[in-house]
Amino acid sequence: MDHAHALDANAPHAAHAAHIDTSTGLDSRKMAFWGFIGSECLLFGSLIATYMAYKGRSIGGPQPHEGGWTTRAGHVAEHGIFNIPLTTFSTFILLMSSVAMVLALNYTQRGDRRRSALWLFLTAFGGSIFLGCQVYEFTEFYLEGMTLASNLFSSSFFTLTGFHGAHVTVGVIYLLTLAALAWKGKIPPEKSLNVEIAGLYWHFVDVIWIIIFPLVYLIR
Amino acid sequence: MASTATVAAPHHTHAAAHAEPTGLWSWITTVDHKRIGIMYGVTAFIFFLVGGIEALLIRIQLAVPNNDFVSADLYNQLFTVHALTMIFAALMPLTAAFFNYIMPLQIGARDVAFPRLNALSYWVYLFGVIFFNVGMFMKLGPNSGWFAYAPITTREFSPGLNMDFYVLGLQILGFSSILASLNFIVTIINMRAPGMRLMRMPIFTWMTLITAILIVTAMAVFTIAVTELMFDRIFGSAFYDIRKGADPLLWQHLFWMFGHPEVYILIVPIMGMVSEVLPTFSRKPLFGYNVMVFSGVLIGWLGWGVWSHHMFAVGMGPIADSFFALSTMLIGIPTGIKVFNWLGTMWGGSIRFTTAMLFAIAFIAMFTIGGISGVMHAAAPSDLQQTDTYFVVAHLHYVFFGGTVLGLWSGIYYWYPKITGRLMSERMGKAHFWLTLIGMNLTFFPMHWLGMLGMPRRVFTYADNMGFNETNLLISFGAFIIAAGTLIFAVNLVWSWKRGKVAGPNPWGAATLEWAMSSPPPVYNFARIPVVHSRMPLWEGDPTRDAGIPHGRTEEETEQVTLLGTKVGEVHDPDDTNRMSAHDLGIHLPPPSYWPVVTAAAISAIFIGLIFRRVDGWAHNLWLMLFVGVAGLVISIYAWAFEPGHSH
Repeated sequence: MDHAHALDANAPHAAHAAHIDTSTGLDSRKMAFWGFIGSECLLFGSLIATYMAYKGRSIGGPQPHEGGWTTRAGHVAEHGIFNIPLTTFSTFILLMSSVAMVLALNYTQRGDRRRSALWLFLTAFGGSIFLGCQVYEFTEFYLEGMTLASNLFSSSFFTLTGFHGAHVTVGVIYLLTLAALAWKGKIPPEKSLNVEIAGLYWHFVDVIWIIIFPLVYLIR
Repeated sequence: MASTATVAAPHHTHAAAHAEPTGLWSWITTVDHKRIGIMYGVTAFIFFLVGGIEALLIRIQLAVPNNDFVSADLYNQLFTVHALTMIFAALMPLTAAFFNYIMPLQIGARDVAFPRLNALSYWVYLFGVIFFNVGMFMKLGPNSGWFAYAPITTREFSPGLNMDFYVLGLQILGFSSILASLNFIVTIINMRAPGMRLMRMPIFTWMTLITAILIVTAMAVFTIAVTELMFDRIFGSAFYDIRKGADPLLWQHLFWMFGHPEVYILIVPIMGMVSEVLPTFSRKPLFGYNVMVFSGVLIGWLGWGVWSHHMFAVGMGPIADSFFALSTMLIGIPTGIKVFNWLGTMWGGSIRFTTAMLFAIAFIAMFTIGGISGVMHAAAPSDLQQTDTYFVVAHLHYVFFGGTVLGLWSGIYYWYPKITGRLMSERMGKAHFWLTLIGMNLTFFPMHWLGMLGMPRRVFTYADNMGFNETNLLISFGAFIIAAGTLIFAVNLVWSWKRGKVAGPNPWGAATLEWAMSSPPPVYNFARIPVVHSRMPLWEGDPTRDAGIPHGRTEEETEQVTLLGTKVGEVHDPDDTNRMSAHDLGIHLPPPSYWPVVTAAAISAIFIGLIFRRVDGWAHNLWLMLFVGVAGLVISIYAWAFEPGHSH
């Protein structure tokens, strides 16, 4: 490539915003989102590490898997506080919502605005069911006498799962916004990256739950 | 392939000709990385002075034994806030100023990848440090040391608001750093000019990338540590409550997992700056570029595996102690490689002893002293003797002052002409340099033997008969010499802004892209994005250099430095782009936006609300600002996402 040709070939760059074509060919927003997810991994990693470090070290108060502690009503509990069937159900719903997310992206890329909006809505709906189960679970725990301050288990459990729940909440609002936009036809196929990034976020939140569920609920 | 680089033609006239908006509002709403860089730099330098005044108050208190200049409690606040101000409000943001201003120019980018996010990072940082210093002015500053060891910092043992300012303030600042760093990572990976391959990037850009990755990972861990402490203090959770069986080591591990990478966050950018200054003033390419890059990567990587060397004294057992001792010693290897490469760069060079170069050379020497005392700490048995003594204070100041600060000053003297269009006064610069170098050695070197004699850190006074008296007086004297030097520096910064010698595009005859454009650069940076063919675009095709003729020995001679075979200052610009606005050139720049500052204000309102939640009386009602903040945040996120003129 000679000198003058380099200039000519480069001339169009001056006419556009610099981020239209990138060094890697990957959109900058997508790359930033991957970086954000990397940072989030460390956030959740620290919370999970705290939970695991304190596992089985609580003094008194509600226990996750064992009975023998006193409830708010004054009874001695026969078993741990977890309601495994309920959480298994909500876990299943959350995982299925990831399938809906994949379909939503698929229809956005094909330019089918109605199906795109529908599956975005269903993804958010799945997330809402998960959140509903979590609200129910937290309320039950509270009624049985487990608060944030009860013991090491309650503090690390509520913070970890609450932090995850906050992420799901943000995701639901995010997806509902996108569903409304898609319904209005404002997410044409060339803008499907907006849905793809939401998908990255949603799948990430799912993957974190896949780690939390066995570590917190299943392992004794 | 031609070996010459295609660079935007340099301009020697001032950029004032094109209609760039001025006024306070244009600065508040700016999304230009250069303006944000200047705002970072000015704010951070002001806080450097604040942190310096805190240090002087500490030294006045310690100048004589049994002094009562400040109370024990105020002393605790002073040394804590001195550390926090220097680390989070001064040194990190000063490096961020350079990341913002210089890095996009070095890679030939129009701006950073997310200009509004960049503005948000700055405003969150500004509100965060103001928030934090309000506590200090009310004599409610954090008072537990910057490491804030829980459980000492739980509500039970620190009932006042002091530590609330810590947990909330640092969360805000951590958020700001993570956002800024994500932006820098994407910018470096994705916004490079054509031909700027990773191994052609200037070394400062490389070190920026490593630092940003460290911030994004380490700050996340710290955020959780502080969030858990915040939950303990505000909502009464049990993370650090020892009566409920909490482990006091949890905080220490989480904190130092952040705290040690933080040390590298503060030194790696400086290594990059010095690696730009030394080749320029030695008229030689950086010795061992590849090795410099990979040793930087290695330092960042190993920096994650050494945190427990801060905890030898807590009794982790021989296996953990041995592991962390070895990994710490291992870090000495890439660091030593860098030191030898800097020396190799200067070896046989045609050295010009400008102020920037003097600071860079002093950096190598002083940082090496700090590094060597660091390796002494790495040996766990030896460390047990040094823990909590002034020996550690000496070590960390040789690293932070002798390393970070000297390197930053070198970078400021080096890049100031690019930013302002004017050179800083060399006469004042030399005075600043010698006062700083002599002052810092008078201040920090005697701390080594004070520590060996057993003087403890963080104690507000000492007895008369310990043999500490003369040395402490000497140290306090040295601190004021540093202060005098810094005062000259501040005067120089202000004076040179309007009255310094006009610099031209490339006053030092440097090799990297930022020197290819006018000083200060036009708002759109490059009229035409350059195509890069080598690591040192401006030194390619330089006939005098190819002939091995040393040149550019004095400032006057630098006018003769050639660029693309033509003398700098004589390069004719066919389009006269300097007089053209971005609009005339057809360059799309993102429009100004006030949503970053609104978003930052909303985030701050949330944290102010959380502080007042713990206040009694009427002011308790102000905790409702929490909801104002949340509502404002939601509104501004939506407004941000749908703002016209920005890509979404």
